[in-house]
Amino acid sequence: MTTLSPSSVPAITRKPIVEGWFTMDEAAPSLIGCRCPSCGTFVFPPRSGDCPSPWCESETLEQTLLSRTGRIWSYTENCYAPPLPYVAAEPYEPYALAAVQLEAEGMIVLGKVPSGILASDLHVGMEMQLELDISHRDDEHEYIVYVWAPAGGAK
Amino acid sequence: MHPWGKWGRDFTEYGMVAARAALADAGIAWTDVQYVAGADTIRNGYPGFVAGATFAQKLGWSGVRISSSYAACASGAQALDSARAQILAGLCDVALVIGADTTPKGFFAPVGGGDRKSDPDWQRFHVLGATNPVYFALFARRRMDLYGATAEDFAQVKVKNAKHGLHNPNARFKREYTAEDVVNSPVVSDPLRLLDICATSDGAAAMIVCSMEYARRHLGSTNGLCRVKAVGTVTPVYPQSMLELPDIASDSTAVIPAPVRSYKDSIAWSAYEQAGMGPEDIDLAEVYDLSTALELDWYEHIGLCAHGEAEQLLRSGATTIGGRVPVNPSGGLACFGEAIPAQAISQVCELVWQIRGQAVGRQVEGARVGITANQGLFGHGSSVIVAR
Repeated sequence: MTTLSPSSVPAITRKPIVEGWFTMDEAAPSLIGCRCPSCGTFVFPPRSGDCPSPWCESETLEQTLLSRTGRIWSYTENCYAPPLPYVAAEPYEPYALAAVQLEAEGMIVLGKVPSGILASDLHVGMEMQLELDISHRDDEHEYIVYVWAPAGGAK
Repeated sequence: MHPWGKWGRDFTEYGMVAARAALADAGIAWTDVQYVAGADTIRNGYPGFVAGATFAQKLGWSGVRISSSYAACASGAQALDSARAQILAGLCDVALVIGADTTPKGFFAPVGGGDRKSDPDWQRFHVLGATNPVYFALFARRRMDLYGATAEDFAQVKVKNAKHGLHNPNARFKREYTAEDVVNSPVVSDPLRLLDICATSDGAAAMIVCSMEYARRHLGSTNGLCRVKAVGTVTPVYPQSMLELPDIASDSTAVIPAPVRSYKDSIAWSAYEQAGMGPEDIDLAEVYDLSTALELDWYEHIGLCAHGEAEQLLRSGATTIGGRVPVNPSGGLACFGEAIPAQAISQVCELVWQIRGQAVGRQVEGARVGITANQGLFGHGSSVIVAR
């Protein structure tokens, strides 16, 4: 009989699916956006470089955390697996996407909805909050993605 | 044109058929052409990126000057714009505008392999699985929520376009559908079903454009010729407040308010301004029905009715052949599927056939002025106005 020593079990580490778009704070994650230090406009996904406004000459943007809650602008459900580079679960499980309007930022941000919550559970205007969910796994990592979940956990 | 279909052959084969047909229609020889404006395809290797040169070589190097344009779904209109600008500037008299495509099966995916973490087109697929139909669906759901559109309304767009394209020799899908067929087809991206969403196709379109002076010399008169009155190819004005392909977020309206005219409204408006015309002058329209619900959006963006009234306009029969302002008499993308660089050119071809009275089996009686509209990824869009 063999006993596996802890060191021989590969550790699965949690890793964001994309670097720098959201904090990995399990309890209260935030999207990381940018704000122009000159005119104050917001940008998501975050990037370096010039302000997107044609009337602003700022060549820098500063990182800022975006509102954690917003209301559904529109939503849909992917009934068939999207093609690569999306890594779909096998067997495939349909999932919903929500475009959520953030009031303070005046922006609509598209995100997945946690697995198990489908289009029939959503409606325009519904209050949503940012959470983290597992996008997919490989031998070494659990890839984490931000999701828009019904606020207060209500379905 | 070369008919739309799905054969997977070399895209230049289709393009050559369309080029020869356009030359024959104009009654000129290839060696008369002074400029080739090619619309690029990005899914067919290097020849697709240099479409102007590819077709100049296929037709036989003649020293002709060329351009190759890529503007996503608006590529064909961008090519027309390039040829038209050369003619209006007096740099050439007669030009060939051409686009052809061969498309893969299924959902469009980002072009090219490898991880491209800073490419928004790669990001939206990898992080979210946000396919093109996802965006179509978001707009469809908005219509349902804001304006009370129903699945039946969306289905009626397909029913209408399928009927329009039934006898179009260039259409790929030539069969009638009932609203039940559409609402019983599988949901792809809720609320849109398989028959609400256009397919991807192979196909080619080409046309000859020339100066008035050239037409007079070549034909003896310009009577009965169609004129390109406007080619609108504007980009968005910041902040773009709608969530448009391929973006994951809209621009911010927190400190700079959204422009009065949304981007999709501004596309047709720019063409109306150029032509000195308005929606009341329009006899027919060819619009980009990537989905049935998007056709309804276009009714409003091109000014056929106020925002929120497209379902009413559809139900009234106004946009059916025989109605006040038929939309997509060709059958639209519902009957063609999308062959990206050829599509905007094919829209203009349909206006020309309609205005000439040559649209057998789908003729809009008394058609004198027509408009096209489409929108592509990355801030591309076009609207062309053609009049007798």
